[in-house]
Amino acid sequence: MVPPRWLRWVIFAASLIPAVWVVAAIGSDYFQGTRLLGSNPIKEAEHFTGRWVLRFLMLTLAVTPIRRTFGWNWLQRYRRMLGLFAFGYATLHLLIYFLLDLELAWGDLAADIVKRPYITIGMTAFLLLVPLAVTSTARMVKRLGGKRWAALHRAIYAIVVLGTIHFWMAVKRDITDPLLFALIFAVLLGYRVVAWRRRRAAALEREHAVAPERQRATA
Amino acid sequence: MLIRKPDDLPSSEITPERLYRDRREFLRAAGLLGLAAVAASTAGLAACVESGSAATQDGQLKDELTPFTDVTTYNNYYEFGTDKSDPSENAKGFTTKPWSVRVDGLVSKPATYDLEDFIKPHKLEERVYRHRCVEAWSMIIPWLGFPMADLIKRVQPLASAKYIEFQTLFDPKQMPGQRSPILPWPYTEGLRLDEAMHPLAIFAVGLYGKMLLPQNGAPLRTVIPWKYGFKATKSIVRIRFTDRQPKTAWNESAPDEYGFYANVNPEVDHPRWSQAKERRIGEFRKRPTLMLNGYASQVGQLYQGMDLRKNY
Repeated sequence: MVPPRWLRWVIFAASLIPAVWVVAAIGSDYFQGTRLLGSNPIKEAEHFTGRWVLRFLMLTLAVTPIRRTFGWNWLQRYRRMLGLFAFGYATLHLLIYFLLDLELAWGDLAADIVKRPYITIGMTAFLLLVPLAVTSTARMVKRLGGKRWAALHRAIYAIVVLGTIHFWMAVKRDITDPLLFALIFAVLLGYRVVAWRRRRAAALEREHAVAPERQRATA
Repeated sequence: MLIRKPDDLPSSEITPERLYRDRREFLRAAGLLGLAAVAASTAGLAACVESGSAATQDGQLKDELTPFTDVTTYNNYYEFGTDKSDPSENAKGFTTKPWSVRVDGLVSKPATYDLEDFIKPHKLEERVYRHRCVEAWSMIIPWLGFPMADLIKRVQPLASAKYIEFQTLFDPKQMPGQRSPILPWPYTEGLRLDEAMHPLAIFAVGLYGKMLLPQNGAPLRTVIPWKYGFKATKSIVRIRFTDRQPKTAWNESAPDEYGFYANVNPEVDHPRWSQAKERRIGEFRKRPTLMLNGYASQVGQLYQGMDLRKNY
């Protein structure tokens, strides 16, 4: 199947909605005194964007399993955009935290990164995302070569684990939501483990299938 | 650690201007409330003081009462759910009548009181207090209540009593949060007796001139303004005097994060965040957190000689 060209734009526009909404809501709450983000708008905006980072990571990681399971190979062409949106939401999350929550206090930022493990972990996840975003262009794929590029981009597995831990540690007591995210990620990562083991088993089998013949030939 | 620090508390914060102007109406409302507690009628209470427009967002840090909407919709009350908006949504049908409070332990007059008998002998007064949550946000709330000391004197604890313990209602049918073991239920909190006797510590039965709404701890809660909000106990059904430091809910569930004392202290961080600053609900800029929430000159002597880093 060849998807219509406009589908790309639909996905792009839809992915942008939460970001546009949260920025507009912050502005409206600040300048107009509305309560779109409730009583504590900055905290709410942090939580809101943080969840969207995890959701876009989820969507990015869901592409391959869905593609393979249903044979929807055309999905592949949207994976880069989804990954870049994860990076975009992570940047927005960080900006809200640093500009609005910490109010540009570099000292507080440094203290948070050093003293608060969940911030350390979140920041690490973000820093790992940066090279992936930078090497997302077709030119960079070529420059690195497919294998090296793929190896680098396996960092996304570490990123989702760190991101989920960051979320888990940030909540006070009720871990329902982080648990839900963790379960979905477990399925998405589990799929890869299973796929990898199958591939390995198949490769071994092929080796075995070849080996006896060789034995006979030498005998 | 020395806690003798002058409180840089502008007088406008102690008695907000609007409230001062509405004094008459407020007193009338308070009178009504006192009556209502006896007459068990809430109908006449609706018409009283409510905050007007939301705080102006001109970047200036003003000390104003936190709007009623925020006080009644942004709540930590895990018995009704863990989201800030859960309590106001899930506590709607919460029954507070009839309500009784058991007073027991090391006390010369152990008894179970009907709520009205519990409150009736005391004169209700209005207290405008800063409220600082351990999560680094804060509010200014006009409470209606009476000093804890008045009740303690009335029930006469024994000389051996050193602590007072408060317990929230346990009723998973009405309190959906209690169906999962998020915290050790029923929520239990406690104070040293001398802390409880301090004139700033109160039992509250109302705010903004109205009876407490369930999400704020109706019909009876404690307010200890120099401590983090979680030290307060809501919907109290039992008060116990004891000679041993009571086990307290948050301390039990995460002892390295929440201590027994839980005094507001900008110098002692929560392991996961700094307590040096806070965000006043309704404001976009943070403000510095004050030692003992700005009540250091009044309550500082309670902790003289104590290491507040160890006794957090």
